[in-house]
Amino acid sequence: MTTAAHAPAATREALGPTLVRLRHEGLDIVVVDADLGKSTSARKFKEEFPERFLTFGVAEQNMISAAAGLATVGHTVFASTFAVFAEHAFDQLRMSVAQPRTNVKVVASHGGVSTGEDGASAQSIEDIALFSSLVNFTVCVPADVVEAAAVVEAAARTEGPFYIRTGRPKTAVIYGDGPRFQIGRADEVRAGSDVTVVACGLMVERALIAAERLQGEGIGVRVVNMSTIRPLDVATLERAARETGAIVVAEEHLMHSGLGAMCAQALATRHPVPVEFVGVDDRYGESGTWSEVLEIMGLTADGVADAVRRVLPRKLG
Amino acid sequence: MVIETQTDLQAMTRRMRRHIVRMVYAAKSGHIGGSMSSVEIAATLYAKLMRHDPRRPDWPERDRFIISKGHCTPLLYAVLAESGYIPVDELETFRRLGSRLQGHAVLGKPPGVENSAGSLGMGLSFGLGIRLGARLRALDNHVYVLMGDGEQDEGQVWEAAMAAAHHQVDGLVGIIDRNGIQNDDFTAETMRTEPLDEKYRAFGWAVRSGLDGHDLAAVEAGLTWARDVKGQPAMVIFDTVKGKGVSFMEHNPAFHGAPPTDEEFERAMQELAD
Repeated sequence: MTTAAHAPAATREALGPTLVRLRHEGLDIVVVDADLGKSTSARKFKEEFPERFLTFGVAEQNMISAAAGLATVGHTVFASTFAVFAEHAFDQLRMSVAQPRTNVKVVASHGGVSTGEDGASAQSIEDIALFSSLVNFTVCVPADVVEAAAVVEAAARTEGPFYIRTGRPKTAVIYGDGPRFQIGRADEVRAGSDVTVVACGLMVERALIAAERLQGEGIGVRVVNMSTIRPLDVATLERAARETGAIVVAEEHLMHSGLGAMCAQALATRHPVPVEFVGVDDRYGESGTWSEVLEIMGLTADGVADAVRRVLPRKLG
Repeated sequence: MVIETQTDLQAMTRRMRRHIVRMVYAAKSGHIGGSMSSVEIAATLYAKLMRHDPRRPDWPERDRFIISKGHCTPLLYAVLAESGYIPVDELETFRRLGSRLQGHAVLGKPPGVENSAGSLGMGLSFGLGIRLGARLRALDNHVYVLMGDGEQDEGQVWEAAMAAAHHQVDGLVGIIDRNGIQNDDFTAETMRTEPLDEKYRAFGWAVRSGLDGHDLAAVEAGLTWARDVKGQPAMVIFDTVKGKGVSFMEHNPAFHGAPPTDEEFERAMQELAD
């Protein structure tokens, strides 16, 4: 775990360079774009492979159905836009990608409320719920730029639909020693035995900061990076419940329909323990800097630490 | 079934119409009207124009038939049965539990079905993607996308129309079965979409319209012209009759999505007899 040695970077910055590298390695990648390639970093692919970078204008529905058509010819198709605009093509994702299981990877940047200044319209707080409701989709939220590159590569090398949420702000590098990502496998980024914080995206860093502070209070916090939301790593979750007896789930998403809800459902039938949630509480966001918006939503290290303090007294036995 | 002469093709269209009515009657649900109006179009494509092989439904260089009006599966399964993709006997299983013949089109079920549809407006985009992908592979195949005229209400159709012209995609043939009726009512009453020909022309397509979609010679001429357009996508708009071939179904909104009664079935089969 090295955080100091690496400059903060946005997870969205991983997309373009990774796709360029994979194409150089011979993967049959085609990128479709809806006029946001500069922001998602997908446009870097255009610089090297212009004929394989297809623009669709600001028309996500057409882009997604066309991506599915491209995939039926055998290409590995990456579709990139902002998370809220990926939502714009929900029925196309359902009909053209999920149900027929076409090889389309949706990589959506500007996920969560940390999009910041644009306000509620640009802050996706429901994308994980929507994409998790699409059968056959693998859904991932990488915790840092290193993991984001690994997720993009895994998606490119794996047949079937993917949704990958990346973020706008520059956040800490957690995997400075190299990625440990495997599809469907959660990664324990900190050991602890009193409670487990299950987090994804930029909340992993916040969970690690909270764990460090709570260490000073004599509380040993395990932190698990659940970067694959679907399929959920229920084995790691169940082990955490058995070994630490309490769970906090932290995510940059509506708490009633995201990672927290899915973890609670999985625990309910396997090993029920007290659970607390850090997430967006049934509201839309507003304009502000990304850290201010996270602050008012309680998506902070303090928010995670408070949830840990709430859940500990509820521990059974 | 080898289709060599116009008489053979005519006979094929009559058999397809009987398959369509029988499927919907047996399933007690399904869409007869819009299937009957496209019979000559689908028969001509599979029997005369398309490069395809029922023994190799995944042949990379094959032409594709994309059914964007994905509820008109009786048409699709009838032409697939007549073209050797599925046994005619299997048509009885249409819409039954466990059948490959789903109510709305599902990609790969059975092999030969090239797209999933049922939500309208997506087929032109999907077909565009296929041609863009094929072009990257330097394949010269053709993609034929069958749409309804009611379907032109969908905004996505126009996104696809714009993008296909922007990317100068040839080999992409849009077909509109302009039967004038949609689910609830006549299209002219529901949403004014005309003039479709001028709209597609303005979007950058080569367009032919005013062709009789039940005249086999006109259908073949229109589709052949569209297939051979270079440098831009081509649209052929056929004037058709919903429910064509059965007198009391023709141009009758009641037969968009409702099955025939026992008596109607008997009368229909008499009218469609050889």
